[in-house]
Amino acid sequence: MTRLKIHKTYKIFIGGKFPRTESGRYYPINNAKGEPVANMCQSSKKDFKNAVVAARKAQGGWVGMTAYNRSQILYRLAEMLETRSASFIEELNVLGLSKKAAEKEVNASIDRLVYYAGWCDKYTALFSSVNPTATSHFNFSVHEPTGIVAAIAPEKSSLLGLVSVIAPVIAGGNSVIALASETKATSSISFAEVVQNSDVPAGVISILTGSASELMPHMASHMDVNSLVDARGEMKAAELNITNNVKRYLNWANKVSNQDPYLILDCQEVKTTWHPVQTNAASGAGY
Amino acid sequence: MNAEQLLSGFKPTPVDLMGVNDRIIRIKSRSIKTHAKNQGLSMVLSMIDLTTLEGADTPNKVRQLCYKAMHPQDQLKGVPSVAAVCVYPTLVKTAKDALKGSDVKVAAVSTYFPSGQSTLENKLLETQFAIDEGADEIDMVISRREFLQGNYEYVLYEILEVKSLCSANNVRLKVILETGEIGSLDEVRKASDIALLAHPDFIKTSTGKIGQAANMQVTLVMLQAIWDHYQKTGVQVGMKPAGGISDAKTALHYLVMVKEVLGQEWLSNKWFRFGASRLANDVLMQMAKQESGIYQAPQYFSKD
Repeated sequence: MTRLKIHKTYKIFIGGKFPRTESGRYYPINNAKGEPVANMCQSSKKDFKNAVVAARKAQGGWVGMTAYNRSQILYRLAEMLETRSASFIEELNVLGLSKKAAEKEVNASIDRLVYYAGWCDKYTALFSSVNPTATSHFNFSVHEPTGIVAAIAPEKSSLLGLVSVIAPVIAGGNSVIALASETKATSSISFAEVVQNSDVPAGVISILTGSASELMPHMASHMDVNSLVDARGEMKAAELNITNNVKRYLNWANKVSNQDPYLILDCQEVKTTWHPVQTNAASGAGY
Repeated sequence: MNAEQLLSGFKPTPVDLMGVNDRIIRIKSRSIKTHAKNQGLSMVLSMIDLTTLEGADTPNKVRQLCYKAMHPQDQLKGVPSVAAVCVYPTLVKTAKDALKGSDVKVAAVSTYFPSGQSTLENKLLETQFAIDEGADEIDMVISRREFLQGNYEYVLYEILEVKSLCSANNVRLKVILETGEIGSLDEVRKASDIALLAHPDFIKTSTGKIGQAANMQVTLVMLQAIWDHYQKTGVQVGMKPAGGISDAKTALHYLVMVKEVLGQEWLSNKWFRFGASRLANDVLMQMAKQESGIYQAPQYFSKD
């Protein structure tokens, strides 16, 4: 008798845990030949809502960490991915990528994490400014994270694409809720296992699977989401009922294939502050 | 009858822990959708005792809370006011003035809340003061010191004394058992049964001042005690879980529990209350979501 192969049902990743979708809906993932190889959760708006609650809970702690500490945590993610690279190559291979191409994608993902880990404690120094004024004041502009970012990861590349969306968002001190590639989500959820085993605080990264056209309107209208990143060009901003709270709608469709510090800045807002200049003479004391 | 007579022949009723847990799992799995949910949310809001019991309470803070009690969220249509505002006796007058013209009640915690570590004489004085200031309801604590020593007669005696003071002034009485300090569910049941002998208007789980506050197990046991007492004597007693209930979903589970254990007659703020401060905002958020279809964020709702 031939053995019947068991197809794993991948769960979603919310607040550091792996629940099943509350909707109870699933869809199959097929390999290049069209044969089913796994089942995926078809996330609902309620799953997304739960992820937002977890992200909001995590956000304060994440933004309060030192940039140096965030950098270390991103680097730890890269370390964890490196040790598991063989299984990721295998998983991508099953979905039709050649061994060589799969290895390239995994290596590029690791390198990308290291790249953004390096940026964590440097971008503010590089992009903030002391502005010229006409009075005896200092005027500073500094970058601060917008808060909670909902992100649609690229469809074609389920690991590198996902990492390229997540890393710049969290490097800047945001929390992210990413919707993984719909048809190739297996390695996206395996990446969630890497996240869980690293030092990323629960809730800072949540990863959902399912349909972008179903979830995007809810991402755009949720009052507690601060930025919306779309790396697929899935829906036009005009089609979405974007609430005032979503300060940024970012189309990254042509941007995420590269690593770029400006992606970090995309999910930042610039805060400008005045401070009076205290002169030596006025204070009566030398420096 | 005095405490001794009331307690003669008193037999503790044991609680089946597995049965309690099993029933709670079943209650929590009930699905409450759209219309029933809207109705439930509105009911939860109308049952809240909006509470502030801090050393840092000032008259202005209490006035602000009272405004919130009367106008939980004016932008939303059909939002009821909450049941009561719960404060320390010294702030009763402030609350009473601020709530003038509304049907929101003022509840005062009394009898040396939260510890209850004082003499009966002092406790009665404090209660009398709260009543004189205009309190509509008194939340008293039982003496855990005596309860834990097995001196049930004294515990009941104290409740009876406070009860007769309240009755004489037409004030409703809630008896706080502080279940987190009295031990197992068997003890909770025992304390409930003893308190019920005094025919208070409510029994209440906790002060909210210690780590372990209301949970569904404790509430179920107390509801069951109320039901058994009602069967025996025909006297209706209300229930107030307090502390730790901060989201609307959990509050709806409590309503299901009340409905299934006690029935429809208890489903009004005359006989059921939530002691909570954070719960109101979560309920309002869910109500706004039900109305607009859009998930809300806490920063758009007033802090209390």
